[in-house]
Amino acid sequence: MIKKLTSVIEWSTLLLSTGIVCLFLIIILWDLISKGAPSLSWEFVSTLPREGMTKGGILPAIIGTVLLTMITALVAVPFGISCAIYLNEYASDNWVTRLIRASIRNLAGVPSIIYGLFGLALFVQGLQMGTSLLSAGFTLGLLSLPYIIITTEEALRRIPASTREAALAVGATQFESIVDVVLPSALPGILTGVVLTLSRAAGETAPILFTGVAFYINNPSGFINQEFMSLPYHLYMLSTQHQAIEEVRPLAYGTALVLIIVVFLLNLTAFYIRYKHSKNE
Amino acid sequence: MNKDDIKLSASSVNLWFGNKQVLKNINVSFPKNQITALIGPSGCGKSTLLRCFNRMHDLSPDARIEGKFLLEQQDLYENDLSVTQVRSRIGMVFQKANPFPKSIYENINYGLKINDVPKEKRQSIIENALKESYIWEEVKDEMQKPATRLSGGQQQRLCIARAVSLRPEVILMDEPCSALDPLSTLKIEELIVKLKKDYTIIIVTHNMQQAQRVADKTVFMYLGEIIEEGDTKTLFSDPKNDLTANYVKGHFG
Repeated sequence: MIKKLTSVIEWSTLLLSTGIVCLFLIIILWDLISKGAPSLSWEFVSTLPREGMTKGGILPAIIGTVLLTMITALVAVPFGISCAIYLNEYASDNWVTRLIRASIRNLAGVPSIIYGLFGLALFVQGLQMGTSLLSAGFTLGLLSLPYIIITTEEALRRIPASTREAALAVGATQFESIVDVVLPSALPGILTGVVLTLSRAAGETAPILFTGVAFYINNPSGFINQEFMSLPYHLYMLSTQHQAIEEVRPLAYGTALVLIIVVFLLNLTAFYIRYKHSKNE
Repeated sequence: MNKDDIKLSASSVNLWFGNKQVLKNINVSFPKNQITALIGPSGCGKSTLLRCFNRMHDLSPDARIEGKFLLEQQDLYENDLSVTQVRSRIGMVFQKANPFPKSIYENINYGLKINDVPKEKRQSIIENALKESYIWEEVKDEMQKPATRLSGGQQQRLCIARAVSLRPEVILMDEPCSALDPLSTLKIEELIVKLKKDYTIIIVTHNMQQAQRVADKTVFMYLGEIIEEGDTKTLFSDPKNDLTANYVKGHFG
C-alpha cells in the first residue's frame, strides 16, 4: 500500500514537472503569437522601417540576421568539424589533448559579452575590420566553435569502432574511412549540434553589440564591410530604447515572432535531413 | 608440414598494450586452403593475434609488436609495404556484422572503388561475390536497399561477400557467428567450408563444436601463449596438454 502510494507520488511529481515546463512554453508561444501575429504582414517583412521605426517593416533586420548566421556558419562549421575530427579520430590521448579538450569545454562556458569585447579588440580594432557584418560574424563564429566541436565530437564518439574497422579492412585509409563511412553515419548528430548552435547564435545580442550591429540603417542590403541591423538587437531596441515604447510594442512582438520563425525554419531543415537519413538506415 | 603449403605464419611474436604483454612468443603457421580455428578462453589473445595479420593494430598507439609475420615470402610489416596492400590480400570478417550504413550494392562497391577496380568490371564482381557468399538470391532484387535492414545472418554473409569481392588470399574471421542464431550460424559455417577451396581461412571461435565442424587445424591459446596446436580431430580427441584437455572438455572457459 505504502509502495503504491510512493510510486503514485513519484510518478505525479515527474508528470507535474513536465506539465509546468510545457505550460511555460505554451504561455510564451501564446503570448508571442497572439500579440505578434496582427503585425505580421507581407509589408512587415519586406519593407524598411519608416518614421522613426514606428511604422514600416523589418526587412534590414531579417537580412542582417540571415547573413550574420551564414557568416557564423562559414566560420564555425568547417573549423569546428575539422577540429572535432582531429581530436576524436587522430589525436592520441595525452595531457596536451586533454588540456585542449578542457579548454574548449571552458570556452563554451564563457559569457557571450566577453566574446563581444574580444571581437571588438581583435576584429574591429586589431585587424581593422571596423564595426561590420564581417566582424560580428567572426565574433559569433568564435562563440559557436566550442559548441560545434563538443557536439560533433559527441556524435563521432557514438560511431562504433567496428564501423571504422569495416572500412579499414577493405583497404580504406584512415581519412577515407572517416570521410566515406564515419562522417555520413555521424551526420544526424553533427547536424543537430550545428543547428542548435546556429539558432542560438542567431538570437545572440551581446557579441554583436560592439562589433557591428546598428540601431538603424536606411538600406536593406547587407554589405559585409558595413554595419547591419539584426532581429534580436532590433527587438531589444524596440522594447527598451525606443522613445515611444508603447507605440512600437506591436512591432516588437512582430519582430520576436519573426525571430522565432527564422530559428524554427533552421530547426526544420535539420529535422528534415535527420528524417531522410533515418529512412536510409 | 611442407613449406610450400604454408600460407601465413608468425614467428617469435610478442605484443604489448601499454605495459601489459598480451602475446608471448607466438610461433604458428597456417596451411594454404585450409581452415584453422583459434580457440581459447576470453582474453587469451586469439583476436589480438588474428588482427596482427592485417595490421589492425596500426592505429592503436599503445600497441607494440615484435616478431615476424609472413604471407608466403612477404613480410607483412616491411617498411615499403603499405597497409592497404596488406589488407587487399588479407580480408577480414568481424564479430558483429558491420555493413556500411549504405545500400547493399554500395557495401560491395565501396571496397572495389577505393581499390581502383575499374567501373565496368565492378558489376560482375559484385554479382559474383554475392553468389559466392550465397546471398545473391536473397538480395538481387533489392540492391539499393540499406544493408542495415537485412537480418543479422544476411548482414554477416554480406560482410563475407564484401571481403571476398576483393579476391584476397586469406580471410580472417573474428567469431563471425557469435551474434547469430543457430540457423544463420549453420549457413555461415557451410559457406566457410565452401570458401576454403579458394581461400586460406583463419577463424577465431568460442564455440568448440564450431571448431570441430569447420576447422582442419586447431590452435589452442591460453594467457597469450599457444599451448597446443594440431589436426582438429586429434586435438579434440587426444589432447596432449592438460590445459587443452580441460578446455576442450568444457571444464573452464
